[in-house]
Amino acid sequence: MAGVPEAATGHAEAHAHHPPYLQHHFVSAEQQFDAAKLGMWLFLVTEILLFSGMFVAYAVYRVWHPEVFQAASKLLDWRLGGLNTIVLLTSSFTVALAVHYAQLGDKKRLVQNLWLTVALAGVFMVVKYFEYSEKFHHHIFPGGNYAYEGLQLPYVGQFFSIYFVMTGIHGLHVLVGMGVLTWVALKAQRGVFSSEYYTPVEISALYWHLVDIIWIFLFPLLYLIH
Amino acid sequence: MATQTIAAQKTAQSEINYLNHARGLKSWLLTLDHKRIGILYLISVVFFFIVGGILALLIRAELFEPGQTLMTADTYNHIFTLHGAIMIFLFLIPAVPAVLGNFALPIMIGAKDVAFPRLNLASWYIFWLGALTMLVGIVTSGLDTGWTFYTPYSTMTSSGVTWVVLGIFILGFSSILTGLNFIVTVHKMRAPGLTWSRLPLFVWGLYATSIVQILATPVLGITLLLLALERILKIGIFDPALGGDPILFQHFFWFYSHPAVYIMILPAFGVISELIGTFSRKGIFGYKFVALSSVAIAFLGFLVWGHHMFVSGQSATAATVFSLLTFLIGVPTGVKVLNWVASLYRGSIWLRTPLLYALAFLFVFPIGGFTGIALGTLGLDVPLHDTYFVVAHFHYVMVSGGLLAFLGGLHYWWPKMFGRLYNEKLAQIAALLIFVGFNVTFFPQFILGTQGMPRRYFDYVPEFTTLHQLSTVGSWILGLGLLLVAVCLLHSLFKGQLAPANPWGAGTLEWTHTGRLPSPHNFERTPVVTRGPYDYHLAEEIFGNGHGDGGGTPAVIPAQGQAQS
Ligand code: HEM
Ligand SMILES: [Cu+2]
Repeated sequence: MAGVPEAATGHAEAHAHHPPYLQHHFVSAEQQFDAAKLGMWLFLVTEILLFSGMFVAYAVYRVWHPEVFQAASKLLDWRLGGLNTIVLLTSSFTVALAVHYAQLGDKKRLVQNLWLTVALAGVFMVVKYFEYSEKFHHHIFPGGNYAYEGLQLPYVGQFFSIYFVMTGIHGLHVLVGMGVLTWVALKAQRGVFSSEYYTPVEISALYWHLVDIIWIFLFPLLYLIH
Repeated sequence: MATQTIAAQKTAQSEINYLNHARGLKSWLLTLDHKRIGILYLISVVFFFIVGGILALLIRAELFEPGQTLMTADTYNHIFTLHGAIMIFLFLIPAVPAVLGNFALPIMIGAKDVAFPRLNLASWYIFWLGALTMLVGIVTSGLDTGWTFYTPYSTMTSSGVTWVVLGIFILGFSSILTGLNFIVTVHKMRAPGLTWSRLPLFVWGLYATSIVQILATPVLGITLLLLALERILKIGIFDPALGGDPILFQHFFWFYSHPAVYIMILPAFGVISELIGTFSRKGIFGYKFVALSSVAIAFLGFLVWGHHMFVSGQSATAATVFSLLTFLIGVPTGVKVLNWVASLYRGSIWLRTPLLYALAFLFVFPIGGFTGIALGTLGLDVPLHDTYFVVAHFHYVMVSGGLLAFLGGLHYWWPKMFGRLYNEKLAQIAALLIFVGFNVTFFPQFILGTQGMPRRYFDYVPEFTTLHQLSTVGSWILGLGLLLVAVCLLHSLFKGQLAPANPWGAGTLEWTHTGRLPSPHNFERTPVVTRGPYDYHLAEEIFGNGHGDGGGTPAVIPAQGQAQS
């Protein structure tokens, strides 16, 4: 920056004012924001493809053994799954509110909504914990380890492999989301964000919506087979 | 060591650049500078290439004579698996994008860095984390599945599949993050005036590669994760003993691994375009076609995975469709090759080492490509499948595509990376040795394959001896050539003549708008781009005297960051 006195040609690089959040290699705050957002969208694409492998496995085994999937699905508790769906949908709403208040520069409500989202994610995990432990209690394990007396069919293990792998990986995403949102909430409390700069809020909210959407697919596909 | 000449050079070097502005190991390990990260990757992938190369020499040595020559059949299984896995996952996939791409891409588009410098550094650490995780498996129990990890063998073997596969899962993140970074960088960070139709073709190549990295790598990730879970939890998705389907694994695996060959080849195409554009002084014939054919290949590449599975029992319909699509992908590839040749035609060719590699590529790559079409032909694939014909085919594609382009690019950007020239004669001899060695190694394997020599065998009938010995001798020539490259470049690093800022008289920003070595932030002031990347119409004005043929005195480069208008 120094040493180029005649720097003020055409485009904006004569940093008259240089906001603290603007990293040196970006020309403007908009560029930085757009880059972060595009990066997050691309990351979400990779997430969808990660899950797509599992969805394909699901489709293959369901087409081959529809009756097994139907019977095995009955062992899942649709009420708990439904509850979790509502919980996650609500959390998507609260995180959207967080972005909204970030844009308005309303720090108090921003922080509130972020913590609310983290709390709802916690509720989701607690419900999942009860679901899992109930399954383990009945020796409902994935694949070759499946040993539940109440339902013995060939390939029923595959259903539960898919169930545990998909919901397990989804659950990991929820945990990661809780971590990220907590970090953002702490930053928000310190007053880092303003209506000019709220990129981390926006992109973590995008991530959180994806976690939510994936569950929206998992729930009917696993719990509601008739 | 500390002679006066070096001291004198030090003073010549006293301007601030990306290598000297901060010193010490820590300044490297914590650097956010894309150029330094490129160098970190360079050291890493060269290390793995040496390991993979030694393993290759061992393979060839074992095959020098029929019967057991050096190692047992079991050891042989481990050696060729490690060779393949290391070469692919630890050398070829990161080589061009993460080394040359990291170094050159931001400068080429007139940016100060990639969009996410911290992510960039993280991807290097993730690369090592993945590599070390693989190493845990390899050191404790070896790996004998072939780099393809086909089930059910990979679910049964006691070798270190679980660790290796988790390591590759981790490596995938590194690859994805690099791709993500590049896409965002190309979209959002281009300098004013650098429109899409003025992008250097290397950038187009990296862009297309990044698309494939983003779309394919996660699928490999989940596949390998499921394989690991198969071994740990017996989930029965791929293991037929538990009701799983091993063919499903093949579909998953090749859905990634075919596009992965484009992860290896598309950036290589980009390098070749750069080299031909610069050293023929004529611009790339059919720039738009060359640029967009990369994107076309990236997308078509997702539709052809079934050509690896013609004999796996997939339906005849599926096989026919995959075969047709495979032929189709030859079209954009052919477009490239023909355009490169047309670019050379009546250009003022300046035969320097980088161009030698490009020419070697132009000779070797089509052989790989045409034999690929042969393998995509249903009837032909049946007898040729899993023979040395396939081994020769993919080495013709991957070694020519990956390795020759990497070496060509390395020689091309070397003066910009380290500010020194190398001994041109030595480098040319090395290139020649590599070219000869490569063909002597792999051409006989086509013949072996058609005669029925199966792949992954450590023994063979005596009739094959001559061709195998020829191939092994070729591998020594190839090894010698590579050694010479190392000698030449190391010599340049310490004793090489100081390079001018634009030794090749190239037209892209990393040559025209930076000093001998780029400054830490590349440009003092973002350049304004007013020309295409291979526009030699104004060569004299832009590159100084010598008519841009490199014959004149080194171009007088506008002082750092000063855009010529
Ligand atoms: C960019 C460099 C290279 C790549 C990406 C590469 C990749 C591979 C791969 C994927 C395999 C298959 C392994 C398997 O079947 O599991 C393989 C096999 C082999 N490679 Fe390479 N390779 C490279 C360089 C070389 C070089 C330089 C040589 C020889 C000097 C070589 C010699 C061999 C041989 C002889 C085999 C056959 C092993 C067998 O099937 O019995 N490779 N390589
Ligand atoms: Cu393929």
